Amino acid sequence: MSAQLEIRDVSKAFGGVQAVARLSLEVPPGEILSVIGPNGAGKTTLLNMINGFYHPDRGRIALEGADITRHRPSQIAELGVARTFQNIALFKGMTVLDNLMLGRHVHMKSGVLASFAYWGLAQKEEVAHRRRVEDIIDFLKIQDLRRRPTGSLPYGLQKRVELGRALALDPKILLLDEPMGGMNQEEKEDMARFILDVNEEWGTTTILIEHDMGVVMDISDRVTVLDMGQKISSGSPDEVRSDPRVIKAYLGESRRA
Amino acid sequence: MAEPDTLPGVLLRNAERYGGKTAIREKDRGIWQSYAWRDYRDHVRDFALGLAALGFTRDEKLSVIGDNRPRLYWAQIAAQALGGVAVPVYQDSIAKELAYVWNHAEVSVIVAEDQEQVDKALALRAELPALRHVIYDDPRGLAGYRFDWLRSFTEVEERGRRFGAEHPGYFQAELIRGQPDDVATICYTSGTTGDPKGVMLTHRNVIETARTFARTEDVRPTDEWLSYLPMAWIGDSIYSLALSLTAGFACNCPESPETVQRDLRELGPTSVLAPPRIWENMLTSLQVRAADATPLKRWIFERFRAVAERVETLRADGQPVPPGLRLVYGLGEFFVYGPVRDQLGLGRARWAYTGGAPLGAETFRFFRSFGVNLKQVYGSTEVSALVSLQPDTEANPTTVGRPCPGIEVRIADKGEVLIRSAGVFRGYFKAEEATREVIDAEGWFHTGDAGFLDPRGHLVIIDRAKDVGALADGTPFAPQFIENKLKFSPYIREAVAVGHDRPYVAAMVAIDLNTVGNWAERRSIAYTSYMDLSQKPEVRALIREEIRTCNATLPESTRIRRFLLLPKDLDPDDAEITRTRKLRRRFIAEKYAAIIDAFYSSQDEVALVTAITYEDGRRGTVPSRVRIEDVEGAAVHG
Repeated sequence: MSAQLEIRDVSKAFGGVQAVARLSLEVPPGEILSVIGPNGAGKTTLLNMINGFYHPDRGRIALEGADITRHRPSQIAELGVARTFQNIALFKGMTVLDNLMLGRHVHMKSGVLASFAYWGLAQKEEVAHRRRVEDIIDFLKIQDLRRRPTGSLPYGLQKRVELGRALALDPKILLLDEPMGGMNQEEKEDMARFILDVNEEWGTTTILIEHDMGVVMDISDRVTVLDMGQKISSGSPDEVRSDPRVIKAYLGESRRA
Repeated sequence: MAEPDTLPGVLLRNAERYGGKTAIREKDRGIWQSYAWRDYRDHVRDFALGLAALGFTRDEKLSVIGDNRPRLYWAQIAAQALGGVAVPVYQDSIAKELAYVWNHAEVSVIVAEDQEQVDKALALRAELPALRHVIYDDPRGLAGYRFDWLRSFTEVEERGRRFGAEHPGYFQAELIRGQPDDVATICYTSGTTGDPKGVMLTHRNVIETARTFARTEDVRPTDEWLSYLPMAWIGDSIYSLALSLTAGFACNCPESPETVQRDLRELGPTSVLAPPRIWENMLTSLQVRAADATPLKRWIFERFRAVAERVETLRADGQPVPPGLRLVYGLGEFFVYGPVRDQLGLGRARWAYTGGAPLGAETFRFFRSFGVNLKQVYGSTEVSALVSLQPDTEANPTTVGRPCPGIEVRIADKGEVLIRSAGVFRGYFKAEEATREVIDAEGWFHTGDAGFLDPRGHLVIIDRAKDVGALADGTPFAPQFIENKLKFSPYIREAVAVGHDRPYVAAMVAIDLNTVGNWAERRSIAYTSYMDLSQKPEVRALIREEIRTCNATLPESTRIRRFLLLPKDLDPDDAEITRTRKLRRRFIAEKYAAIIDAFYSSQDEVALVTAITYEDGRRGTVPSRVRIEDVEGAAVHG
């Protein structure tokens, strides 16, 4: 099986801090991969390198065989990689609908002038995009929130809208940075259900960072564990759970064996 | 052609008579999608044939579970076309209740709205020996479910088309075999005591009832109706199925339960039926919004509200409205009442009904004063939801209107209301004993409600006959009457009045989390949960004032002397209240016996271990200490 996303020998340092060191990772299409690890392990840095926010100091990142190591975030988004952020990054003054429509921007062809005139092609395009956005609204069950400014929504719902905006891109790969952070149990269960449904419905490859081990173990096909910028373990949830190196990284080493 | 006498028969007639006219709409992807009567018939036919292909035969039971969806309505008519029986259930029931109903009704096919509902059937499958097929409407999240007993609605329709090609004339032949006295639907009434009972209603019951309604009230084929009430409630069966079919008007299914308010406004239905709870909620949210508005707007709202109330009081007493007042009222219609009606989605409603339980007089008067033609309807599941209605000119908060033509009402010895009509049900399913208790040899149905006919011929309901009691000194005591007065306060969500065989009346009150929460926030009172908020001294003082206001309208002897704020709302999941929000008094009396005893002792605090049921059916207990307050003066004890 060929990897959809291939990360080969990637390193990134900030000043004296080695955030990610010689990391290699292959993600086959349609997989739900969780990246876990203690704080500062380099998880978010990894996501930031995949979507072009940072460029690695060395190593190579390839999407479907094509090198994207030096691509800008906008180029990588156009190639079908969408993400959500640890601290929600929505336009708080805009409605849910507008935020989602904005997520379609990479697919919009009409230029400024044509859009200004609105009728004809631009209008047709708007309708097509709106249809797609309505699918997502239905999918995420946020019909009652269309016209609400996102800033007025409770935290858990904002996270859901942010997922919606990422989905509006029709991504091949979805990067989720702590999608359940700060949620209560019920919201977490809803979000887990949405992530699984997205994967099932559209076969979207999903890479997520998450701290809730219960969720990670339940929904992941595979789990990769980072510590101090290095991959210390990778495998099925069960394998990772029983890996002594993982236990050590999380709980510290027991002095008496 | 004679008028058809089964629901599927009426559908065929509509497809002939109204053809391309809209029969049902569903809001999906933000747009109202319409189906004409012809489409309605085709879907029902295809689905029925699909059911036939799956082996569904006469007298079998098909259950639907979910929010109001066209397909769930079609499935019910399709089952009936094959001589089967529709059994709608409450979509928010907990597993135990569902298992009871599905088992008791011997349901063989369940049509579920979505994954959430399919999961319920899946979890209970081992306990349901009669269940053979589960059919779902919305396929989302179900792609991974591989069971030979699970299929989509579309797939069943597809099978039906093939089956129809192989068996021409099958649908017609089955449909014609249907008799008006066949059971069309079994509605399970949540019942305030014991297990739910299955009320068997025949085609004749529901069709005759719909026709009686249409003869009494102004119903038109051009009407628009919002189907948002629970499908398991008889009110929805009568309106969204029987009345829509016989009158030929369009039903509209909202996008989701959360969007009902907006959908209501978009649609502007021409007639509305809602239980008191919804009218109370509408008024409460209006009051909250008015309180949050700018001082100028608030002032305008309050002024015009007072004007409207004066006008309504005069009108209700049959007195003339002075020209000056009429002018101000006209201004109010333009600036306040019309816009408010529009915001509530009542702008086009020619009439609106409240039924299912009594509605507070003040709420009733408010809507009428704002130009909503709100009236009372009285009925129960056992009489196909219709006994009496109020004519437009005789609307009032105290009666439930005149018995409809053809419906006989008699008051028995102890004041119990008896009904005889074409709508009286066939009996409780598999409970002949219980049936004989309520339908006597002459065909009178014993409602269990205590009431009387006033001089105008209006029926007045006082309370449940068995709930009417007396204080220790013999003063008659009707708990519901007092509770309804309390519930007019926007801060009080539920109330339980006690006092039978006791020296005075006391009340347990459940606060309304929204309004009291809002009130507390504005006063910078911090709280964490319902329990915490309900036990704040400030909140107790607030409710005490509300009770005093209520007491002022009660006769001295039945005033509330002591009260307590419950640390949790009454919840159908805890069996304290039915899904249609009727108190289950006997159960409450047992569960809260410690409180009731404390009311009549010198205690001013009571330890309470509250058993609660979580939404997934798990049970837990929450210990707490709750203060009992005296209404008059400060707390005298301690």
